Amino acid sequence: MTATIDTDAPETRAPSATLAVLKRAGVVGALVAAAIAVALIQSGSGIVVWQSVVTGLLTGGLYGLIAMGLTLIFGVLDIVNFAHGALLAVAMFLSFGVVQATGLHPYLTMLVTVPALFLVGVLVHRGLLSGSGGATLENQLLITLGLSLLLENGLLLFFGAEPKNVGLPGETHLDVFGAVVAGSRLYAFAGAVALGLVLYWMLQHTRLGTAIRAVASNGPGAELVGINVRRIHTLTFAIGAACAGAAAALAVPLLSVTPTLGEQFNITAFVVVVLGGMGNVVGALVGGLLIGLVEQLTTIYLDGQSSLLGVFVVFVLVLFLRPQGLFGRRT
Amino acid sequence: MSLLELSGVDKKFRGLHALSDVEMSVSEGEIVGVIGPNGAGKTTLFNVICGALKPDSGSVRFAGTDVTGRKPETIARRGMVRTFQLMRPFASMTVAENVSLAAQHHTRGAERLRDRAMEVVERVGLEEWAHRPATELPTAGLKRLELARALAARPRVLLLDEVLAGLLPAEREPVLDLLAELREQDGTTLVFIEHIMAAVMRLSDRVLVLDQGAVLATGTPDEVTADPRVIDAYLGEEPTPHADA
Amino acid sequence: MTDTAVESRREARSAGPAPPLRPQNRQFAVLAVLVLLAIPLPLILPSAQGAVAVRILIFLIMAVGWNIMSGFGGMFSFGHAAYFGLGAYTSAYLLVEHGVSPWVGMAAGMVVAAAVAMVIGYFSFRYDLKGAYFALATFAFAEMLRLVTTSSDAVNGAVGYQVPLIQGSSVWQMQFPAGSPAYFWIALVLAGGAVALSILFRHSPAGRYVVAIRDDELAAASVGAPVMRHKLLTVALSGAITAVAGAFYTQYYLFIDPQLAFGSSVSIEAIVTAVIGGIGTIWGPVVGAVIVGSLADVTATLLATPPEFLSFLQGRSGLDVILYAVMLILIVRLMPKGIFGTLADKFSERRRR
Repeated sequence: MTATIDTDAPETRAPSATLAVLKRAGVVGALVAAAIAVALIQSGSGIVVWQSVVTGLLTGGLYGLIAMGLTLIFGVLDIVNFAHGALLAVAMFLSFGVVQATGLHPYLTMLVTVPALFLVGVLVHRGLLSGSGGATLENQLLITLGLSLLLENGLLLFFGAEPKNVGLPGETHLDVFGAVVAGSRLYAFAGAVALGLVLYWMLQHTRLGTAIRAVASNGPGAELVGINVRRIHTLTFAIGAACAGAAAALAVPLLSVTPTLGEQFNITAFVVVVLGGMGNVVGALVGGLLIGLVEQLTTIYLDGQSSLLGVFVVFVLVLFLRPQGLFGRRT
Repeated sequence: MSLLELSGVDKKFRGLHALSDVEMSVSEGEIVGVIGPNGAGKTTLFNVICGALKPDSGSVRFAGTDVTGRKPETIARRGMVRTFQLMRPFASMTVAENVSLAAQHHTRGAERLRDRAMEVVERVGLEEWAHRPATELPTAGLKRLELARALAARPRVLLLDEVLAGLLPAEREPVLDLLAELREQDGTTLVFIEHIMAAVMRLSDRVLVLDQGAVLATGTPDEVTADPRVIDAYLGEEPTPHADA
Repeated sequence: MTDTAVESRREARSAGPAPPLRPQNRQFAVLAVLVLLAIPLPLILPSAQGAVAVRILIFLIMAVGWNIMSGFGGMFSFGHAAYFGLGAYTSAYLLVEHGVSPWVGMAAGMVVAAAVAMVIGYFSFRYDLKGAYFALATFAFAEMLRLVTTSSDAVNGAVGYQVPLIQGSSVWQMQFPAGSPAYFWIALVLAGGAVALSILFRHSPAGRYVVAIRDDELAAASVGAPVMRHKLLTVALSGAITAVAGAFYTQYYLFIDPQLAFGSSVSIEAIVTAVIGGIGTIWGPVVGAVIVGSLADVTATLLATPPEFLSFLQGRSGLDVILYAVMLILIVRLMPKGIFGTLADKFSERRRR
């Protein structure tokens, strides 16, 4: 997004950025506490609210992982990838197929889905998005929209619409201070957080990560110091897609696999990305947890309404009031 | 009585003082040159006057009414019209369509609108390009289109942001003649930002010097160029690249 | 550049023909011819193709609506299902619950959709949402409407509305025996009206302002274009036209539910139709509607009795969407002005040489 006014004054950085982030985290924390308190009053049952909070956070971790790939792609390439959910669906079918064919443990299918989605990411970026045809924002939206329609309906055409399920071998249920949690949900959460940390570490402490951050903050500048920007773009898109691959393997025991499952995750992931600040990987993880909570609390607040409604209300409020996200800086 | 009057105009960008306490007064029919080193706040001044930016404090008065912080379109319709330093044509339109768009708030009817637009197009010498896409114009043509579009909006005050930059010396002459003619024939008041000192000296009744967001000096061209503070501000500055660009 | 090239270019410049003073006159004439040619279609076509023709006209109205806001206005909407759905639900609700004629319901739906579009638009522009953010916001509003209608008993929740059947036919009730050419003719009048409105709008002072604001908002404001007012006018008109498609859809298919009305596939159909035909052009939506509207029928026939090498696909669905998805990607990559836009450019270039 470029400024529309040409001023002859140079931009300057705000000095106390860290402090501002801490302050905002405090405000968000207070809002969450208040929301939980209201839920407590509304439902009158501590255990119901506690169960919701636990379920919400655990689901939220997964949202965070999916959104991380999306936000990375946005932050570095400025592409709003509408096909992210469809890529997730493709990875889920892949994971399902591998389990069916080889009897592999669902989590181990990650060994297939991550490289496969990485490769898909490379192909999609090189084939569809790089170069002049993918230049404007509208064109990128339209291309990724077309891609998502293509992938979803391809799955529908070849595998049909009936849902497929993968069970977790040795599934257990755990008691977390009174809340009942399926083991698969807890493992998925742990896996998501771990992968999120790996991604964050990769961005902060490896040569590739440094190059990616350099390209994100200043493409032409990065080009000048000898970084191959197009290659970094492709790698970033591929890593973003691989995140969806990883998320698919973690989530496959939790969900019914259908060609259109990506749609609902797509929506949620976009909300998470905007909430966390477009391009902010840590923000995506935090945003994921928040949205997981919002979903669960909505069902307490508004009996009979879809949990997504609360998500959209939060989304619209964030878009209007803090389009740069909870942790982003206003540009 | 002054037609355009700024008092105490202040504008900050994240701690940077882009304009500080700017006072300025322009009378009807006057030609005022605005000069200053790069980054002095000249374009910001135009943005504040024309409503593209809201000042943090201070007021802008035009023809006796306070227009501070009003929308750009409101200010333009009242007769204060600006051009852009970086040319901003409507990319999907022809040259004539660009110009006629600016005239349509005071002219109704397809024929009259076309005639009005063609008049202005001819006045700036773009008639050969009239029905070509504006994006095909070379730099000099785009500069003239900026001017034409502003003229078509029927300005009482015309604010010009470096209309000569990027023109060859031979291309500048007709523009300077046109500006002088605007005042003589149409009675238009002109405020213009310019780096080319020869043009400033020749055209201006008065010159306002901005430096680091503040008014350093005002006066006749001769007074200003003799002012030691002005000389100081420009010393150490490279000879402006615009002068021979 | 060779001498002759320079020569011919200079010649082209000085001889550049002035465009017609009122280009809309020619467009109205073309529209009139197209409508006249279409009138006998339902009497000639077999009834299955007659249904396809009606669907094409519905797509056409939706695409014209979307094109006004996103093509002329440059405000990229991902949520036109909101306006389609409001048109459908307003007319269905008034008809089923209060026995109001669908014509009145359609008009009411237009008003409701225009009002909602202006409210969404006002906040989006007020908070300066642009590009991807604007697209996501419009998407979110459409989805919220879908969720709210799905769980609201006042509008029959997830069940939706069946249009009550009447005996015989009635123009006032917009109901005729199945396969009656009257449906096509009504759709033709509505679609022709929508295209006429978009021609009128595009060449009005307001429409020219809207295009200028799309090209460069500050530059337009600086020559006196009232920005907010024209953006709101554009979204209102766009929403109202899209609502007509929704209201007619309900009467034609005699059924509406939250997914059919507000589902994201409705928004996508509007977008894809306009983009394939040519975004920001008058005739793009027409070309796009013919292609997208007939694709489903072609593929359905193909999959019902597939040739040998496609036999494994018998009875499957999704092929039509795959085809238009591929077409969407190819068009955006290879001819971003769409089929009509690209052809029009080629033609005008040749004429100028």
